Amino acid sequence: MIPEFGQFALVLALTLSLIQAALPLAGAHYGRSDWMALARPAAAGQFVFVTFAFAILAYAFFTDDFSVRFVAANSHSQLPVAYKFTAIWGGHEGSMLFWLLMLALWTFAVAWGSASQPLELSSRVLGVLGIVSAGILSFTLFTSNPFDRLQPAPFDGNDLNPLLQDPGMLMHPPTLYPGYVGMSVPFAFAVAALLSGRMDKEWARWMRPWTVAAWIFLTVGITLGSWWAYYELGWGGWWFWDAVENASFMPWLMATALIHSLAVTERRGIFKSWTVLLAISAFSLSLLGTFLTRSGVLISVHAFASDPARGAFILMLIALFSGGAFVLYAWRARLMVAEGGFKLLSREAFLLSNNILLVVATGAILLGTLYPLFLRNLDLGEISVGRPYFDFVFSMLMLPLAWLLGVGMHAAWKKVPAEALRRRLMWPAAIAVAFGVTLPWLLFGRASVLTMVGVVTGFWVVASALLDPLARLKRGAKGVGLTRGHWGMVLAHLGVGFFIVGATVTTAYNVETDRAVSPGDRWETAGFEIVFRGTRPVEGPNYVADEGEFELYRGGELLTVLHPQRRQYRVQTAPMTEAGIHASMHRDIFVALGDPLGGGAWAVRVRVKPFIRFVWLGTLVMAFGGLLAATDRRYRQRAKAPAAGLVPASSAREA
Amino acid sequence: MTTPRRRRMWLLGLVLIGVVVSVGLALRAFEENMLYFFSPSQVVAGEAPTERAFRLGGLVLEDSVAREQGSLTVEFVVTDNVHSVPVQYTGALPDLFQEGKGVVTLGRFDANGDFIAEQVLAKHDENYMPPEVAAALDRAAQAERGAGPR
Repeated sequence: MIPEFGQFALVLALTLSLIQAALPLAGAHYGRSDWMALARPAAAGQFVFVTFAFAILAYAFFTDDFSVRFVAANSHSQLPVAYKFTAIWGGHEGSMLFWLLMLALWTFAVAWGSASQPLELSSRVLGVLGIVSAGILSFTLFTSNPFDRLQPAPFDGNDLNPLLQDPGMLMHPPTLYPGYVGMSVPFAFAVAALLSGRMDKEWARWMRPWTVAAWIFLTVGITLGSWWAYYELGWGGWWFWDAVENASFMPWLMATALIHSLAVTERRGIFKSWTVLLAISAFSLSLLGTFLTRSGVLISVHAFASDPARGAFILMLIALFSGGAFVLYAWRARLMVAEGGFKLLSREAFLLSNNILLVVATGAILLGTLYPLFLRNLDLGEISVGRPYFDFVFSMLMLPLAWLLGVGMHAAWKKVPAEALRRRLMWPAAIAVAFGVTLPWLLFGRASVLTMVGVVTGFWVVASALLDPLARLKRGAKGVGLTRGHWGMVLAHLGVGFFIVGATVTTAYNVETDRAVSPGDRWETAGFEIVFRGTRPVEGPNYVADEGEFELYRGGELLTVLHPQRRQYRVQTAPMTEAGIHASMHRDIFVALGDPLGGGAWAVRVRVKPFIRFVWLGTLVMAFGGLLAATDRRYRQRAKAPAAGLVPASSAREA
Repeated sequence: MTTPRRRRMWLLGLVLIGVVVSVGLALRAFEENMLYFFSPSQVVAGEAPTERAFRLGGLVLEDSVAREQGSLTVEFVVTDNVHSVPVQYTGALPDLFQEGKGVVTLGRFDANGDFIAEQVLAKHDENYMPPEVAAALDRAAQAERGAGPR
């Protein structure tokens, strides 16, 4: 009986979402504040019911209720308790419920944070979120009900896919999902602005921290996914341009473009229609990602179920949400009036080029991701697009972006004299070139032109980002401090620099060897001596494994002993590799057991990955910069000053 | 009067040229990195390219996997139940590589006409069947039925 309560809660949530979608929007249109006042309670109620449904499903997992089809398909009585919880988002139905929970959480947060906002705007934003919620709730209830029963109930479950029995499962989805789903908030702001015709700096300032918040989650989620794939799936790679990765990376690129465009809209009252378009596109790409992973057009570890009916439903939702928003945009775009101009050499121009490059990169990735699917589904042949395409096109677009970024950070709004920029940036440029050219030679004794270009670019961004804090340091306590928002920008860009250095070095100098080894074998790779001591059987809670022992020596001294495993889970019997990794800031050594070759011999993968930690450090620093920027005083103050929303935009120009 | 405007035109022109060049380069990279998929039947029929890399997929034939003693070189046969193509590969095999299961390999023919795989993919799920492999098996089965006595 209990699972039915969960389903019932979802039905109630759907009813509330319909109320939240219809009445506040109508109220805002007709100026009825009693209708608009319903938005907040409806959002709160929805949050309560969706949370309740989620708790019920969690309860079904913890109590091993295999009469629930979803639990039977994704759990097992012997599954460790932590993974019983993560199994909720380990399959299609539960992950849709998780999607809903995140949406309800964002909606609730927006409702709560909008207490000081003009009622009309907040009603429209919440109304649009209500429409999104109603769509996803119907999708879940009608095509993917996690509370469906199984008659008769099986004696035990089918177990969670062994790949997903990993701490990464506790971290990657719960950070990625809020990011994905959070793109619905800027989308709602954009549509609300189109509906009201009010797109001023106030609107942009209210929307900005929400957008950055969603971006932070997306950044951390993608980072954790990359790290997880590195140690679990990837045999030492950190990015594969896999269609599912691209599905999360495209919204990220769009969101990155959006937060930069929003900066211009907030400060200068221009780029409005561009900001709106980006917000709509970012959410559309999030939905596309959901479609790609949930419709069965892709096969991967993320694609749980292939059910054409679900694919069709999601496509319909995309057509409704994105199509509707784009039509609205075409109809209302003329309402967006720029409040000023700018010169060719100005911060606005640099941010515009940032946006163009990011959007073009998204387009290129979209082409490489969708074109093969297109051909396959039209029966025109089977192709796949090799990773050199993505590597080449992406770095070709991102290098100029990084060069411009170093300059743009120091360009003033409206207009900046070229001479001032030149004087300011001469030293960072010289330092970057000096470091970028010499360091690869010093550390690795060889360097290609491309590698040097990459490292110089990374150092250029780092040096340029450090310029303001250093100047502040030199001024001492007398000078004006940097705002938190400014620190956020500095850190986020510092992270970009770290990332570029890490990605370049690890790509250029990683050493990958596969080898057949027998116990007692001793060999050398990339300056390390490795000794294979053989394997022994070990037993985990729900698996058995062969555990290898590898001693790592450097210059005759024992560095560490690695114990990679090759596991066989009891229920789903596919073998699984657990790599042994010796991690340090400047280099990882990665050892994984391949397949047994008989007589105690094993195929072994050894990877030496210099600087790979900088890849993830870089993106995490970016996310931390975002956190500082989103919590800048001017966003926090707003809650205390309810009258701010009533100030005409023109008088707040220099804010 | 005209100098700023002319300068702007110049810049616009440069940007346009940049865009055209980069789009051209991107499309060329796209073209060069398109990897076509061929089934064993298509390879036997001579449809697969001889100097370009392509993807070959099907089922790993039962009892066909042979390792050279003490080395990482392995040979196996990829089949669509009608025709078969032998494949050579040097390296550790993926976890889910098994006889009788679906596999996709990426590689090319060498000078002797042997198919040398650079990559072997078999991933994620014990019941996983790559969609292109499933389609290839269907086509081969249909072709055989069609070619039989009517």
